[in-house]
Amino acid sequence: MSLTTAHSVVAPSANSKRIAGTIIVLYALISIVPLLWIFATSFKTPPDSIAYPPKILFQPSLEGYCNLFTTRTRQTPEYINSLGPATGFCDETTRKRNMVIAGPSNFLPRFVNSLIIAFGSTFCAVFLGTLSAYGFSRFKVPLADDLLFFILSTRFMPPIAVAIPIYLMYRELGLSDTALGMILLYTAVNVSLAVWLLKGFIDEIPREYEEAAMIDGYTRLQAFWRTVLPQATTGIAATAIFCLIFAWNEYAFAALLTSGTAQTAPPFIPTIIGEGGQDWPAVAAGTTIFLVPILVFTILLRKQLLRGITFGAVRK
Amino acid sequence: MAEIRVQHLRKAFGDFVAVQDSNFVVEDGEFFVMLGPSGCGKTTTLRMIAGLELPTGGQILLGGDDVTMLRARERDIAFVFQLFALYPHMNVRKNIGFPLLAQGMPSAEIRTRVEETAKLLRIDHLLNKSVSGLAGGDRQRVALGRAIVRRPKCFLMDEPLGTLDTEFRDLMVHELRELHNRIHATTVYVTHDQMEAMSMADKIAVMNHGVIEQFGSPREIYDRPATMFVADFIGSPPMNFLGFGGGVAKGAKEIVVQGAKVAVPEVREDIAPSEMALGIRPEHIRFDDSSKLRGAIYGAEYLGTTQIVAVETADGIIKARVPAEIRLSTGDHVGLTLSSARLSLFEKGSGRAVRTAIHDVASERRAQHG
Repeated sequence: MSLTTAHSVVAPSANSKRIAGTIIVLYALISIVPLLWIFATSFKTPPDSIAYPPKILFQPSLEGYCNLFTTRTRQTPEYINSLGPATGFCDETTRKRNMVIAGPSNFLPRFVNSLIIAFGSTFCAVFLGTLSAYGFSRFKVPLADDLLFFILSTRFMPPIAVAIPIYLMYRELGLSDTALGMILLYTAVNVSLAVWLLKGFIDEIPREYEEAAMIDGYTRLQAFWRTVLPQATTGIAATAIFCLIFAWNEYAFAALLTSGTAQTAPPFIPTIIGEGGQDWPAVAAGTTIFLVPILVFTILLRKQLLRGITFGAVRK
Repeated sequence: MAEIRVQHLRKAFGDFVAVQDSNFVVEDGEFFVMLGPSGCGKTTTLRMIAGLELPTGGQILLGGDDVTMLRARERDIAFVFQLFALYPHMNVRKNIGFPLLAQGMPSAEIRTRVEETAKLLRIDHLLNKSVSGLAGGDRQRVALGRAIVRRPKCFLMDEPLGTLDTEFRDLMVHELRELHNRIHATTVYVTHDQMEAMSMADKIAVMNHGVIEQFGSPREIYDRPATMFVADFIGSPPMNFLGFGGGVAKGAKEIVVQGAKVAVPEVREDIAPSEMALGIRPEHIRFDDSSKLRGAIYGAEYLGTTQIVAVETADGIIKARVPAEIRLSTGDHVGLTLSSARLSLFEKGSGRAVRTAIHDVASERRAQHG
């Protein structure tokens, strides 16, 4: 036996690295093709988007984005000709299809709703989750194990299973179709995940840090703020991403409980299809824009996310 | 700086009694070490003095004030943790200045105080470094810096050298004692390492199962162990015990062990017949063929200037520390002579030391000092 085999961790060989790399690249391609297709479709004209065979190369157009942000009405050519010169690209493109812009679409307010509800609920879930995780981690909570199990048990069935009772309750409470209602709902769903994830992270921060700070003249809250929180940022970031992804993508509750002022982007985007034929470029444009915030957030926190997902696997 | 007075201190966690009825006084400026095996209650006692645990009963007085139920931050003490508890998100300067920040001290003053402290500990060149890159000894110095920067009433240290390498540990033992000699801060130091305790302490309390077995200077504890536990815990190798039956009478000057008469320090109390033990430090045994107390050589550890020889007697193996020049081979029969003036007697049942002439010296000394 040579000495190198005595180590349990063996450096990967060049060959195994190459194989692993190939698998990862293939998997990435398979995952990313639908996204690329959506991205490409958003820059096609409606005829290009339904062309067969599908067009890989095409003349890019912003028509989909124009259609996403506007509502249009069909008019006679005589009426269109009677109008003054087109005011911009969107106006011009619309007129070519015998339509005029009637006004802004609901996409922007729905998108803003999504932002408010997703970030609001993420903040609430992480805030509550951090505090309760700290409590469970540091204090003798009576029946702590049962409480933690109860918190986890709220995730045992798909949340949508309780859709009808929640729908009825929300109607009684006047929370239907309100941003507050949606924030509360998503917080409730996410907080169990947040408590469990964050408890793991906080458990790994030695309590000596707070004890040292408390002896050095700080209150427990100050000690928590100054010593625990800075060290829990990795965990908090990872938890926040998970919560945000859920709240951002959630469709079923949003479709059921919001229809007007508080409607989020996921139930709104499919409704674009119905407005004046199958406007795939507009749907694709909506989806593309919808992906941006989560992409930016994930890229900003990618380091924490990576460490967060592998937490517990590697200890110093 | 202040005196620490612990009275009838008790701590129970449910049914488990971690500390029972502890009493001791750490005088102003004294280096006090609590020594004992793990789980003996020494750390719990320290944490109660710090205010990190609340006692089940008893009192803690700090500089004459009752602090038993005060919060940690209201006690004006400093604590050095075994794992140092340096804040990884702050550099050395911020770590040391952290306690001063809590007092709302102006930043210019914090700066000077931190720099003074760093100079004292010879870590001023590290002030702007991140703590995560520091070597063990330097981490220890930063932890000490955070403790002394505040000039607290006393320092509490929980096995602060426990995680260091042996070479660093020896260095830090020396540095800690030197630091103490310079700033004369009342210090309570917890360790399970008798070498640390013996080399640093002014006073030692040896604890076992939540009870203080003995409180005294390192010399008292080594020379006149109050219990068999202390005798066995202190010293390397520990004290040897030879069992003998029958009691001893007040005024007795010799006992019979394994058929041999052994002179002992004059006994000062009557002990009813019971199982007893004679305690002998390894360095108080000499080989002498004329002695009636006999054994066979079992093995030897060569240590350079001395050697530790294990001798099999009728009552088990005892260890003797003898000059390295003596040539011995396994199986040799030897006679053992004991230094009579240095022997201890114990009651086996209670483990308590019997009062003898060796304790007279102690009371005389105490009288002189008192």
